[in-house]
Amino acid sequence: MISPLNSWIRRLPVWVVYLLGVLPAPWLFYLGLIGDLGADPVKAIEHRYGELALQLVIAGLAITPLRRHLGLNLMKFRRAIGLLCFFYVSCHLLVWLVLDVQILNQILTDILKRPYITLGMLSFIAMVPLAVTSNNASVRGLGRRWQRLHRLTYLAAVLGGLHYVLLAKGFQVAPLIYLGMILCLMLIRVGGVLIDWFWLVLDAVRCALVRRLS
Amino acid sequence: AGLAGLVGNTAQAQEALEPNSFEDIASYCNFYEFGTGKGDPSQYAHLMTTEPWSVKIDGMVDKPGDYALEDILSEMTIEERIYRFRCVEAWSMVVPWNGFELADLLQMAGVQEGAKYVSFETLYRPAEMPGTAVPVLEWPYREGLRLDEAMHPLTLMATGLYGKPLPNQNGAPLRLVVPWKYGFKSIKSIVRITLSDQEPPTSWNMANPREYGFYSNVNPNVNHPRWSQASERPLGGGIFAKRKPTLMFNGYEEEVASLYEGMDLREFF
Repeated sequence: MISPLNSWIRRLPVWVVYLLGVLPAPWLFYLGLIGDLGADPVKAIEHRYGELALQLVIAGLAITPLRRHLGLNLMKFRRAIGLLCFFYVSCHLLVWLVLDVQILNQILTDILKRPYITLGMLSFIAMVPLAVTSNNASVRGLGRRWQRLHRLTYLAAVLGGLHYVLLAKGFQVAPLIYLGMILCLMLIRVGGVLIDWFWLVLDAVRCALVRRLS
Repeated sequence: AGLAGLVGNTAQAQEALEPNSFEDIASYCNFYEFGTGKGDPSQYAHLMTTEPWSVKIDGMVDKPGDYALEDILSEMTIEERIYRFRCVEAWSMVVPWNGFELADLLQMAGVQEGAKYVSFETLYRPAEMPGTAVPVLEWPYREGLRLDEAMHPLTLMATGLYGKPLPNQNGAPLRLVVPWKYGFKSIKSIVRITLSDQEPPTSWNMANPREYGFYSNVNPNVNHPRWSQASERPLGGGIFAKRKPTLMFNGYEEEVASLYEGMDLREFF
């Protein structure tokens, strides 16, 4: 089941993912413009962009576990998913700045005084170096440091999830599901590393024992 | 004379207001018993049975009992009131309500000496309210007013919108409208009204007392801890609509400010 899927994925060009991924942005904006998103098109667009960004965060975080644990290889789309995520976060931020809050003074106090907005802004800032270095030249140029830098993904993801949880009124389920999925995917990664370490240590102990005994 | 002046002012204020479309008002609602999305109430509220409907009026009243809605309505004069509606989430609309003054209903039940507060309860019928499966708030939804707020001539019991019966998602068949307070105070689909001498517990205040006070008067100078209340986005103006400054008591300062004379509105928010 996995291997035909993998070969189908191999044949799918990355630009298709970029194209399909970008399209919802202008489409949603157009729907808002013609009055097809209800009484409050600004919030509708803002929330949809934010949700899409969180969905892409989750998709991006799932790629390595899917490959490691299910053998499904979506590695070649990871950069596209990451950059699309940054694109939607930027759109979300722009809609908030220009169409929602509008007032510069209020934007600044909101960023400093409202924890959920502070976290959202920090998440965006953490994503900037990730987006800037999402190209082959940076991967080559930065070498091992690229890997370390891109661990910022986890910080950005958790901040994004918290941003959603903290803005909800009353006890709401959807934001908790997003944050829960982000944390689970991170745990799987950390868990995977722990399991790797466990086997390494076990192997070392076994080697030592074998050497001692022989 | 004071009352006549008031009605005059209201009429003047009404002329300047341009109501939102029926569709906007009936499709963009917060009614968490049907879900937390703005579109959920218009999608699911048809599940709620509103006939027959009765309201239990109890506590410190002369004539407590279960009042059938039609018996209440036969005693009341329905009029149109075009009010600003300001949500605590910092959006606003203008709504042409039909209804009667709460004071008339309370007088009908006979308010006893010593009563100081009025509390309200929304219908809680899980089989007809899919949103109640999630404990977003503690059901049933509860709200309350001080007696003088409840008796104020601006305080309305709405039964309709644009001359049509109230859509279920807007709180059919009977809801409160307190135009100088944040929208959540205007409790929907009321099944119980209780007079007492104690400040009653209210749903949002129970859920988060730091963010939602008992009074919840619209006040641009007291921010919600998570967002500013200084301005609002009027809905219905499309995607490029400008924000506008929020008015003290939602523009009804002249009529209601005296109710809060001497009170620190930062403390009693």
